[in-house]
Parts: sequence; C-alpha cells; structure tokens
Amino acid sequence: MTQVAFAQKSPAGTARSATAWGRLKVNHNWLGFWFMLPAGAILVLFLAYPLGLGVWLSFTDARIGQSGEFVGLENYEWLSSDPVFWLSVFNTILYTTVASAVKFAIGLYLALLLNENLPFKAIIRAVVLIPFIVPTVLSAIAFWWIYDAQFSIISWSLRHLGWIHENINFLGDIWNARWSVIFANIWRGIPFVAITLLAGLQTVSPSLYEAATIDGATAWQRFRYITYPLLTPIIAVVMTFSVLFTFTDFQLIWVLTRGGPVNGTHLMATLSYQRAILSGYLGEGSAIATAMIPFLLAAIMISWFGLQRRKWQQGESND
Amino acid sequence: MKEITRRALMQGGTAMTAAGVLAGPALLDFAKAWAQNAPWKPEPGAQLSMLRWKYFVQSEDDAFVKVVDAFSKATGVNVTISRESYEDVQPKASVAANTGAGQDMFWGLYSLPFLFPEKCLDVTDVADYLGKKYGGWVQSAQIYGKGTKATRWIDIPICYSGSLMNYRISSMEKAGFKKFPETTDAFLEYATACKKNGTPGGFALGHASGDANAWAHWCLWSHGGNLVDANDKVIINSPETAKALEYSKKLYAQMIEGVVSWNDASNNKAFLAGDIHWTDNGISIYVAAKKDPTKQAIAEDMNHAYYPIGPVGKPTEFHLMYPLLAMKYTKYPNASKALMAFMLEANQFNSWLEAAQGYLTHTLNAYDKNPVWTADPKTTPFRDVAKRTLTAGGLGSVGEKAATAIAEFVVVDMFASYCTGRTDVKGAMAQAERQAKRIYRS
Repeated sequence: MTQVAFAQKSPAGTARSATAWGRLKVNHNWLGFWFMLPAGAILVLFLAYPLGLGVWLSFTDARIGQSGEFVGLENYEWLSSDPVFWLSVFNTILYTTVASAVKFAIGLYLALLLNENLPFKAIIRAVVLIPFIVPTVLSAIAFWWIYDAQFSIISWSLRHLGWIHENINFLGDIWNARWSVIFANIWRGIPFVAITLLAGLQTVSPSLYEAATIDGATAWQRFRYITYPLLTPIIAVVMTFSVLFTFTDFQLIWVLTRGGPVNGTHLMATLSYQRAILSGYLGEGSAIATAMIPFLLAAIMISWFGLQRRKWQQGESND
Repeated sequence: MKEITRRALMQGGTAMTAAGVLAGPALLDFAKAWAQNAPWKPEPGAQLSMLRWKYFVQSEDDAFVKVVDAFSKATGVNVTISRESYEDVQPKASVAANTGAGQDMFWGLYSLPFLFPEKCLDVTDVADYLGKKYGGWVQSAQIYGKGTKATRWIDIPICYSGSLMNYRISSMEKAGFKKFPETTDAFLEYATACKKNGTPGGFALGHASGDANAWAHWCLWSHGGNLVDANDKVIINSPETAKALEYSKKLYAQMIEGVVSWNDASNNKAFLAGDIHWTDNGISIYVAAKKDPTKQAIAEDMNHAYYPIGPVGKPTEFHLMYPLLAMKYTKYPNASKALMAFMLEANQFNSWLEAAQGYLTHTLNAYDKNPVWTADPKTTPFRDVAKRTLTAGGLGSVGEKAATAIAEFVVVDMFASYCTGRTDVKGAMAQAERQAKRIYRS
C-alpha cells in the first residue's frame, strides 16, 4: 500500500521502477531462479547440508552427544595406519567389483533371454523380479539361515548326498564368508540389472535386426554392432546405480556377519556405522564415510565417461 | 485368582509362592500405602517418560508394566515407557543428555551413566535408602552406581543379566566329569573329551555383543590379562594376555566348526538343536527348552555352572549390567526418584524377578532369598552373578572408554584373530593395544 501511495505522488519514479520491474518480470533467468528455488532449497537442506556436515564431522573428534573440536586430518591419519580400515577398503572394492561384474553379466544374459519370445513370458519376467521385491533384511535373514554354521540347508543336502562329511563353514572362514556375502548380493541385484536392460532392449527397433539379418550378420554380430551400441546409455546408467548400491551396501553384511569373521567382511559402510554409532566416534565414522566419496566419484566418472562417450546422444555422430 | 493361574501357566511350574503378591489389587494397595510414606513425594502434576532396553522375556516386561501401572495409580504420576534394543539406548541417551531434551529416565547397559556423569540426577539418597533396607548393594553394583572414585550415586544399578556356562549333564558324565569343571585346566580336558565323544561345545567368536564379550573377557581376566590398569593405562600387551590367547586357541580347537560366524543367537539355536553340549549364555536356552514340548529332554539334561576359575584363582566373570538413570534436566526429580525406589521395593521387585525367570539378577543382597533362585536348582547359579562379576573396563574406570572398547570388540577380535590363525600372538596383542590406546587416549 505504501508503494502505491508513493507511486501516486511521484509518477516519474514509478515509471522508472515499473520499467525495471517490468523488465525483471519477463526476464527468464530471474523467473527461472525463483522456480528453481524450492528444488534448490530441498537439495541444500537434505543433500548438501548432511553431506557437508558429514565432511565437517570427519575433521572433528565429535562423539555422539558431544560436538567435538576441530582436529584437522587426525582422523584420516589414524585411519591411514589402521589395518582394519584398509581391510574394509579392500573388502569393499572386492565386493563391488566382483558383485557388479557378475550382476552385469548374468543380468544382461537374462535380459537378452527375456527379450526373446518365450512361452509364459510375463510370468517369467515377474519371477525374475522376486529377489528385488523381497525386503533386503528379509532376504538377508533367509541367507543367514542358508549359511548357518549348523543348520545350513546346503550343508545338510550335501551331507545327505554323502558328498561332504562336515558342515561347510560359510561365514566362519574369511574367504568363504566373502564369497557368501558376494553371492547374496548378486542374487539380490540381478533383477534390477536384468529388468532395466530388458527395458533398454525393447527400445531397439526390430527393423535394424531385419536389415542386419538380410545383410547376413551372425547372431554375435547383431549383438556386437546393434544391440550393444544402442544399449550403452542404459548400461551406463544401470551400472552406475548398481556400483553405487553395491559399494554402499550395509544391510546384507550387517545381518549376515556384522563385519566378521575377524573384520573379514567389513565394508566401509559397516565399519563407518560401527565406529560412528555403536562406538560413538562420530568423527572417525564420518571420516570413513567421507573416504567413500572419492571411490564413488571415480565409479561414476568411469561409467559416465567410459560408456557415454558416444556423441550421438547429443545428436552428433559417433567418434 | 485369575492372575495366579495365568502366571502359573506362563512360568511352567516355577515357584508361585510370591505370585499372589503380583495380583492387581494387592499391588495397588501396597503402592498406595507406599506412596503415603515414601521419602519422595512426586511433584504435583508430574509426568515421567522412560526409555528402557527391550526385554528378552515377555513375562518380565509384563511384570514391569504392572509395577509401573501400580506406581501411576498410587501416585498419579503418568509414566510413558518406550523400548529400544539395548545397544540403541546409549546413542539416544547421549543425544538427550547433550541437548537437554528427551526422556526423563534412561535404562541402559553397563556404564551408560558414565558417558555424561554431570548430566545425571544425584540419586545417592535413593541408593542409601534401598541399600539400608535390603541388605546393602553388592560390590560391583556400587562401582556401576558411583564409579571407583566418586562418592555420589548417579544411577541405580537395577539388575544384571547373567551369562554362565550352559551344559548337557549326560555328555559331561560321559566325558568323565561328575560335576562341571571348576578350573580352566579341567575345563580344557572336559572340552577335549566332549569333542572326542562327538558332543562338542562352542563359544561365539563373531561380533556377538553379549556372548562373545562375556567369554572373551572371562578368558583374558582368568589368566591375569587386562586391557587397562587402574589408571586406564593400556596394558593388554603382556605375558598374561599371551597365556590367555594360547589357552583360547587350545579351547577353540575343541569347539564345533563355525563359531567365528556366530552371533548372540547362534549358540542358543545350536544348543537347542542338540548340536553343541556346552556354551556360555543367559538362562534363555533353558527357558526356551522348558517351554517347548519337543525340547523337554534337553531341559531335563541341561544345567548351568559358573565359569571355570583360571590361574588368577578367583572368579573373573563378566555379566551385563542394566543401570537406570534420571536426567538432571527432568522437571520431576522427586517423581523419578520415587519410581526408582518403588521398582526395587521387595513387594514388586520379588515378583518382577520371578517373572524374569532367572534372566535377571538382583544387586541388593536381600533378594538372594527370592524363591526363584531355589524353586528350580538349575537357576541357582544365576543368583550369584552380581557378586561374581567384574565391571566393564576390568581394573580401569567404568566410563565411556570401557563401553567403547566393548562395542568395538577389541578383546573379542584379539581372540578371534589369534584363534583363526590370522595373526600370531604378538600381532593379535599389538592390534588390540593399538585400538585400545586410541580409545583410552586422554
């Protein structure tokens, strides 16, 4: 109201501000800024702030319930000479590499298979999704029983077949435990890869295959020169997600081994939780979590730039 | 009378002498009379909230709720109870202590109050009142109540959850023992014979907060090893620790396969399935066996014993302590104190102890007489756990550092890495020393 009153008294000033305001009103950047603001605020509040806080905590000696003091790189120095930390880094890389590679291979194979005209196609597709539908904790508990030192169904069956005489020590031996948790993760992760790649496969125009077949291309050539290149963008997205999910996996490990035996299956995520929450060393736990960021960035970069080089995505020709 | 029948059914025939006491009206009458005479008069309009560890035995929680209800009816103080898994009480209490907002009372594990001693309500008067009335506090409870040096009580050490040897009687006799071995050497012989007879046992060597910490600390302490000395100086790297490690490796060789992967539930399952014949556990295996009609043979054939005594020549057991604290920020300190005192009064504590079926052990001497400890002789060893236990941190303080070392499995992992052959004795001790020094740095 005051503005209006003021405007009536000095028409010259009104004209100037009206034009400035008028110009601003139609300025796309200015409007865009305001439309972006809610999204930006959400990002800052729920993503940037917690991430920044986590990084900040890693430079302090904060404990649960105590804010702590700035200690510089002390947490990182301690971790750099902590064999358990390096063991968890090794475990995480092994876990992610093996599980992601196998998930991709089997997932792609399943996707190609499901893309064919099979009988009961819809049902089979639904069945493939089951491991993904079951809540992680539930499937982890199922695996916990499957891998149990005394009650494992696998050990039981093999014993009754007379193939082994003692139960398999699935989670008690370090390497057995590593392969066991990797297997459980693969089982759980395949549907995501398979179904997403299947969606990608369905976008490939059948006419390309027809043309290739007329030209006398073999099945392998059709895959190598049609399916694979057209699927690359989807593969990039799927594998980025798959690697991220695997790298940050927590529930499976926590239910199955809690990082044991003798820290042999501790991932960076589980070690971070143990140190930060259970032991109360928020600073050190945050340092472990922060140390995951470079690895995750590297994984994203590799899949993004490695697989998405093709410029045709931006409407240019292949390089 | 309905009450008694239901409880009698639930308890499967354990003592019911005091069962009648718990019946609603009697409890309420007592509560009303108590509220009249209690030294602590709740503030007008007082309301309390409490976060407690999540129960293991349903009947214990039922009895607890009844006690609290009677308190509420008699005093008009409404009490809200929430429950968390016992490991999760600590972070919540720490945040509450730091921010000054949250439940009025926290009932957690081990040394919880020592994470923020200056934030805890001084409850010395409650401790004195109860101690005088009920034959005094056991030594370990005094340490958990006021620390080794201080004079004021910052919590009321309500009860212990005992972890003792669980064993099958028939296989023990077959191994050539008339009673459970009382020394570490005899125990090794027993374990060796059991394995030879195809009736092995096992201790959890995975990250089992309760079972693994209990036996690992027993093994360390029984050979004279200690994580820290009385001044919290790290002394784990010692010849005594080396002896404990050597002993554990010999014992490990006699255990069933797979103990390295065990968590707190694994030995219960294996024992109830008849796969193992000795382990360390609370009374839960026995309670479960008694309840299950198909496990009656196991319930009959099993018993409990103290941990064997090692070269140090005295008990070196380690049991879970549950201290109850009230925050200084509470608006109703008198109501909090009244509830604490009321909980431990004989009238309700006796029936509560019975409802816990031996899972929980008192810290006030007078409760040795509770019928739950004698009605079934198999629960009797659990009566004494408060008197036999050492405190978290061993020789050192019962503070936050001791709690962290336990949560980090420093001692458990030291044993696990040597038993599994991952490291040699020196390597195992050096790694534990390194971790402990970080935790105990000033």
